[in-house]
Amino acid sequence: MSHSDKTPGVGTGGFPSLRGFAGKIIGFALTLFLTFLGLMAVTFVIGRVLPTDPAMAIVGNRASEEVYQAMRLQLGLDKHLIVQFWIYLASALQGDFGQSIMTARPVVDDIKRFFPATLELATLATIVGVLVGIPMGVLAAVRQGRMIDHVVRVFGLIGYSVPIFWLGMVALLVFYAKLEWLPGPGRYDFYFEGIVEPVTGVILIDSAMAGEWDLFENALGHIILPASMLAFFSLAYIARMTRSFMLDQLNQEYVLTARVKGLPERSVIWGHAFRNVRVQLITVVGLSYAGLLEGSVLTETVFSWPGIGLYITNSLFNADMNAVIGGTVVVGLCFVGINMLSDILYRIVDPRAR
Amino acid sequence: MVMQDAKASPAKGLRGWLLSDSPANAFQARAQNAYVGWLAFRGNPIAMAGLFIVAGLLVVAALAPVLTGGEGLAQNLGNRLKPPSAEHWFGTDELGRDIYQRIIWGSRVTLYIVFLVSIIVMPIGLLVGTIAGYMGGWVDTVLMRITDIFLAFPRLILALAFVSALGPGLENAVIAIAVTTWSPYARLARAEALTVRKSEYILAAQIQGASRWRIVTGHVVPMCLSSIIVRLTLDMAGIILTAAGLGFLGLGAQPPLPEWGVMIATGRAFLLDQWWISTIPGFAILIVSMGFNLLGDGLRDVLDPRSGSEG
Repeated sequence: MSHSDKTPGVGTGGFPSLRGFAGKIIGFALTLFLTFLGLMAVTFVIGRVLPTDPAMAIVGNRASEEVYQAMRLQLGLDKHLIVQFWIYLASALQGDFGQSIMTARPVVDDIKRFFPATLELATLATIVGVLVGIPMGVLAAVRQGRMIDHVVRVFGLIGYSVPIFWLGMVALLVFYAKLEWLPGPGRYDFYFEGIVEPVTGVILIDSAMAGEWDLFENALGHIILPASMLAFFSLAYIARMTRSFMLDQLNQEYVLTARVKGLPERSVIWGHAFRNVRVQLITVVGLSYAGLLEGSVLTETVFSWPGIGLYITNSLFNADMNAVIGGTVVVGLCFVGINMLSDILYRIVDPRAR
Repeated sequence: MVMQDAKASPAKGLRGWLLSDSPANAFQARAQNAYVGWLAFRGNPIAMAGLFIVAGLLVVAALAPVLTGGEGLAQNLGNRLKPPSAEHWFGTDELGRDIYQRIIWGSRVTLYIVFLVSIIVMPIGLLVGTIAGYMGGWVDTVLMRITDIFLAFPRLILALAFVSALGPGLENAVIAIAVTTWSPYARLARAEALTVRKSEYILAAQIQGASRWRIVTGHVVPMCLSSIIVRLTLDMAGIILTAAGLGFLGLGAQPPLPEWGVMIATGRAFLLDQWWISTIPGFAILIVSMGFNLLGDGLRDVLDPRSGSEG
């Protein structure tokens, strides 16, 4: 979850040798393809080449030699590594990551079930992060060196220094156990189990669509704590970057010109300076959203939130490598996808980057 | 400002030597640079606060045997789950171990992780980045493609997968963190190397017949070092948090090692009635990672005024 300073607009550039618009598109596609291939290669190495024996993990170490060998054959472990990688790549492209040992279901089905919960959490946290973090950052930049600036900076500093799993535990202790203001871990109380049919998998949307407002209220209560933990991290990052971008802009001469012209301060800040910051913020928000998707692992563990992070960690302890790899690939794809998307958006919005 | 003072009244002694307008030799020039840097650093309260915390961590780790009576491993089941008191400042855990002792000894584990990750990540990043930047051409393209691929990965998830394949443990956690964090350093080193590549002293070295390897290691790498160190200091908090997170999940340091993340995890079962077991190690992590963040911010302001956050 550490992405303190990434310069917007770099990191996923095209090939420098290719010129022109078509060249950029090709370069972009090539970058995407290479990144995907790299992701698959690394996960393949983790799943197949590193010490854990996948066949042994499935049959257990008390199985007879024949059973073990049969499983090796079934998994294709006798083939050359390149062939194995090809098979792995081909089946992954068809959405096949094998069976999960833990749930005895295809990994893809499991991921479909668990992923919306993570998406719900990360999206809500990012929305809060943007709505609170950006005004905070702008305010801090405008009032540079004053009290509010220091408050924002200290708040931000704590945000990216605090172990989020620990903060989650303390929050549970205070708001759930001691004050009893908020419900505890999980997505909703167990007696709401099975009330609505999962349509989107996002419980807040599903329950609202079904008109089950009791469930909606209950789920909303449950999501407040874990979402605030992630939002804290997200808004610390967004506020910090907004502040530094805004400071850059406010020192420019066009801002001085606008002030000399006698424009109201609000219009100078939001109409002039912030308009330029907006573009850079796309990348920041994208990075923070992608970071939350993967960073929710620890938060989900603390809050027993049935998302992809909890799925991966639970599978980990059962040596369920198919599930771990499948989950890693899916999160990795989302991560890469969001980064690419913010990069494209950046280029669309900022004419200089085209 | 400082320079002008020195000119107005030529000071004697070490300070005068450090601030004189005309350094007599290279050593004096370097010492002056360092001293002026230190003056700027000292005037930055944020940086000083960070330095204070990080230095405190070093002192505590070094003096651990003096500060505590044991290594935080001694169990005393008759004395378990005791709240903080004069005898046990931070209370005792579920095995009757003194939490104060474990926090103090845990600082060594944290430093160990920080040290190991640094000595793996810095050379890899520096080498990949400077070679790519200095050589250019297809070497640059290939190396930077690989770097970009690693840059695009989700770090924590990848570290999790790595640890699950290698097996839980402190060293494996360090390897997993290093594998997922080296890429930004390569990018940074490449950017620096690109600016250095065309400078005249590199040309001079080339004319003298220095080999590529010698130029890269002797002339390019040192120029990239300061920005790499700043970045590493800024990342240190993230590294500490990741290591603690892996420990918390049971994938990093293993009990009975007094690692702070592990301590938080063991306290989870006792959170409602014995809050101190989890809460205190969390504060330790918070303070240390805050210290590295402050120090990194301050170092960046001093060493690289261009990207400074203006006070």
